[in-house]
Amino acid sequence: MHNHDHDADAHSLIAEDPELSFYAKRAAAIEALLIEKGMVTADNIRRRIEIMDSRTPAVGAQVVAKAWVDPDFRTRLLANAKAAVAELDIEVESPNLVAVENTVGIHNVIVCTLCSCYPTVLLGASPGWYKSLEYRARVVVDARGVLREFGLELDEEVQVRVYDSTAEMRYIVIPQRPDGTEHMSEEELAALITRDSMIGVARARTPAGEMES
Amino acid sequence: MSKVHDRGGWSDAGFIDKTEHDLAMWEKNLMAVCSACAAHFNVDEFRRAIEDIEPDTYETLSYFERWVIALETLLIQKGVLTLEEIDQKMKVFEARTNRQHLPDLAVSHRQGGHNDSQI
Repeated sequence: MHNHDHDADAHSLIAEDPELSFYAKRAAAIEALLIEKGMVTADNIRRRIEIMDSRTPAVGAQVVAKAWVDPDFRTRLLANAKAAVAELDIEVESPNLVAVENTVGIHNVIVCTLCSCYPTVLLGASPGWYKSLEYRARVVVDARGVLREFGLELDEEVQVRVYDSTAEMRYIVIPQRPDGTEHMSEEELAALITRDSMIGVARARTPAGEMES
Repeated sequence: MSKVHDRGGWSDAGFIDKTEHDLAMWEKNLMAVCSACAAHFNVDEFRRAIEDIEPDTYETLSYFERWVIALETLLIQKGVLTLEEIDQKMKVFEARTNRQHLPDLAVSHRQGGHNDSQI
């Protein structure tokens, strides 16, 4: 049975774009069938995409900035990150979220060697390289080399800790607060906290806008 | 035994391509469809379906192309869709593509699409 309502047609038309690859068309065919069978509505798909689009690293930056200025919040975040971010009305879908803090002597970096587990609620969609076979293969055996490729050179005495995420356990890195930011507001600080600094492949920006070296 | 997706420590991996690109519309749709299918399969089943992709095929596919295979495999295994109806739908799409021309499609794409906001 063909369903000729507006939404089904809109999706079919996307699928008919001759530029689309075989697999993109296949995905559209599956979606159209699920809509026709009433298992999902086009509206619901649209709403899900809007929610995905609304998730950006600014959410994570807000959490880190608060941890930088509020020692009690920092303590709660390190003890139970899922509960701590819930205080900010951020609902984490995975069963567990762990915040790992960079210090003078310890640098943390996150990966998912199996697939692409990532704190999406806090950082938005993961970058392509995070999902790449190369990043997943290498960061667990040569973290320093990978970080160097990202332009981050760590002193030999800094311990590097790599956290391998799973569906049940997501991580977020709390980057070090840069020097010279003592006077800054939480909002100004949040602007220094990048996606990559919360993955651990970069440091937070310095107030001058440069990456801290 | 370690399978093809279990990449940690693979020694022949090269440089990491750090190019940033927004997700394509079809990739966003696919993510939304997969999350909307939570009643039919869980995340562990989904990953198992990706793991079961034949190794040589796995290497040739993009990240989200693997998702398409996993989604299709699971929906068929769970009896939600059949291979025949997916193939049939593909034929319907292709038949219509051949009858239409690009400018119309570009307009439809925008109407049915969503803006690519910052990720």
